Amino acid sequence: MRPALLWTDGLIFLLVAGLIAFVFVVRRHEHLRAPWRKVAADPVAVAAAMVLTWFVGIALLDSLHYRPALPPGPDGTVHYAPEVKSVLDALLGPLATEQEKSYSAPFATHLLAKETVTLPDGKQVREYPRLKYGGAQLADPATEEGGDILKRSLSGLTGGLLAWAVVWLALRRWLGRAATVRTLRYTLLGLCLVTGFLAALAPHYHVFGTDKVGQDVLYATIKSIRTGVLIGALTTLVTLPFSIGMGVSAGYFGGRIDDAVQYVYTTLNAIPGVLLIAAAVLIMQTQLSSHPGWFETGAERADLRLLFLCLILGMTSWTGLARLLRAETLKVRELDYVMAARAFGVSDVRILLRHILPNVQHIVLISVVMDFSGLVLAEAVLSYVGVGVDPTMYSFGNMINGARLELARDPVVWWQLAAAFVFMFVLVLSANLLADGIQDALDPRSRRRA
Amino acid sequence: MIAYILRRLLYAVPILIGVNLLTFALFFLVNTPDDMARLHLGVKRVTPEAVAKWKAEHGYDKPLFLNAKATGVAKVTDTIFFDKSLAMFALRFGASDDGRDIASAIRTRMWPSLAIALPTFTLGLAVNISVALIMIFFRRTYVEWTGVVALVGLMSVSGLFYIIGGQYLFAKVWQLAPISGYQGGFNAIRFVWLPILIGLVGGVGAGARWYRTLFLEEAGKDYVRTARAKGLSEMAVLFRHILKNGMVPILTGAVAVFPLLFMGSLIMESFFGIPGLGNYTINAISSQDFAIVRAMVFIGAVLYIVGLILTDISYTLVDPRVRLQ
Repeated sequence: MRPALLWTDGLIFLLVAGLIAFVFVVRRHEHLRAPWRKVAADPVAVAAAMVLTWFVGIALLDSLHYRPALPPGPDGTVHYAPEVKSVLDALLGPLATEQEKSYSAPFATHLLAKETVTLPDGKQVREYPRLKYGGAQLADPATEEGGDILKRSLSGLTGGLLAWAVVWLALRRWLGRAATVRTLRYTLLGLCLVTGFLAALAPHYHVFGTDKVGQDVLYATIKSIRTGVLIGALTTLVTLPFSIGMGVSAGYFGGRIDDAVQYVYTTLNAIPGVLLIAAAVLIMQTQLSSHPGWFETGAERADLRLLFLCLILGMTSWTGLARLLRAETLKVRELDYVMAARAFGVSDVRILLRHILPNVQHIVLISVVMDFSGLVLAEAVLSYVGVGVDPTMYSFGNMINGARLELARDPVVWWQLAAAFVFMFVLVLSANLLADGIQDALDPRSRRRA
Repeated sequence: MIAYILRRLLYAVPILIGVNLLTFALFFLVNTPDDMARLHLGVKRVTPEAVAKWKAEHGYDKPLFLNAKATGVAKVTDTIFFDKSLAMFALRFGASDDGRDIASAIRTRMWPSLAIALPTFTLGLAVNISVALIMIFFRRTYVEWTGVVALVGLMSVSGLFYIIGGQYLFAKVWQLAPISGYQGGFNAIRFVWLPILIGLVGGVGAGARWYRTLFLEEAGKDYVRTARAKGLSEMAVLFRHILKNGMVPILTGAVAVFPLLFMGSLIMESFFGIPGLGNYTINAISSQDFAIVRAMVFIGAVLYIVGLILTDISYTLVDPRVRLQ
């Protein structure tokens, strides 16, 4: 086994490290802690944060990549498998590899379509073949399946309950007596129950059915979470230095610099976003396809494409944040403490870092969380247009795109869309709710309104 | 006023030049015409002759900026930059990579796009404002609370699901509308009502929520309290004061996006097979027809700037405190 660090893996862990550092800084300063305490007192925001943590946790597990070792060759050298796996794959185990022949409905034990099957005595009949893995442990699915599912889901729910009790006992002391502890408790309970339920049933049934090539839909959905979270989080992150630098310096220095920055962002804004993204992605595609030697594995290629997509999406969306920062900096630079600093002869760089940036940071934070959900949604649309993530990559957009034509089949194949809908909806909804809570607490304008 | 508009139009020129240079850089410097030819002819085993032939057929066989072989003005004009990029300022878009005239395609395709975009936009404004007003009227009641929850839920659903679900239910299961296609004239209504309805439902979440915050901000101001103190009814306060002042940002915001309606909606048109500009663009993207993408980028930029100018003008019309200078 050899760890494989993809570009996006590195960046996402860098982001986590940055987040932890931010938490430490906030904890040490009372004036920074106050708004966050307000977020923590908002039950909706707390519940949303909990659910979001669950998604991010899955995404992080899916970001620890490695290449498994192949059996050593005759001369004893060790080679590594061409495909990259993640810790999440290892945890999900059989879910990734248990491939059926084609479509099957959720909890089905037989394929969706009839096939010609040769019986042991040589006769051929048309029937629905049994699935290789889904419900394979049952001798007679028609009579046993209901009881088996009930038994397994009960044991799964019990397991979830136990896990919840353990986690809660561990967390309890640390949480103290915050007003939202009750919300936290029930959200955690819900997550534990869902996880337990899925964990108990997924190894034996296809909970969300299988897709065209027989892949478990639940597996595809779980793998899509990483793509969604990464696009939502990395896009704003990779362009953050850019938008902060441009916006703040335009507001602080004014004059020529301001004109130049304004010109750049008006020009970029003038180009329709989808078209700019499409053009950039098309160009990237030609570059990537003319240099196949750049990548050792297909995953690296798909990963670089994802990173590029984040960069391109960021290029089209940084302008909004830069404009907000410029306006706020214009206001802040006229305040007395900045004047005082300038009178003392403090350098521009120091004023920017010590006095301006800390006082516009709430805008950066709000816009990062506000953009998250929009970007997750944008990914789906871009994949439909054909300029999204690599087609081989698991993503909500690719899932929807692959499934939308299947509604025209008879019987209708709805489970792929349903799975993508449920997971995407919960992810985006919790991101929206958390963003609302954070905005309410951090934005001085909404504080006045309340 | 006229002087102001003229000055704004002059400001627009450097921006358009910037857009032009940027698209030129993207399409011709990062991706050379050779790359483009190879892309269209298939990446592997393309003879240099085939590439040269493709470039000659599509007019990409000239030098990028300076034609050393030509004489006089032709040194500058007989180049790709002049032919393909600067010509757009004269609204000469040339032919697409499959040989058809882009300008005439745009002229015929703009009508179906407008047939969907215009009603979606105007009805959308009306619906969003009404929903927001209802929520303001029933402030601090269960109506508002349920409304807020419903709107957040609505805006958390990907637009693709509205289209897929709407098309499946209305067109396939209930057969109330054709699944896809388009006809001109009054027959168009049969084809466009479903996309319009889906557009309204898909847009109400974010739209009404945004308008609600605008109205709320307005409702917290002093003049509203004064109006109530004078004994005005809640209805009068709502319509005569809050709505009237809250409309200022809404209208100016609407004016900014109004010209862009012309571009059509990429996804809606492609799902319903409407032969509009959005569909045109999406097909160009998937067949990697850079000539069309370039033309649409330019038109989009022009419309965006028109929107900016219209916004500034509309501010002076609805808000007498704003003076153009």
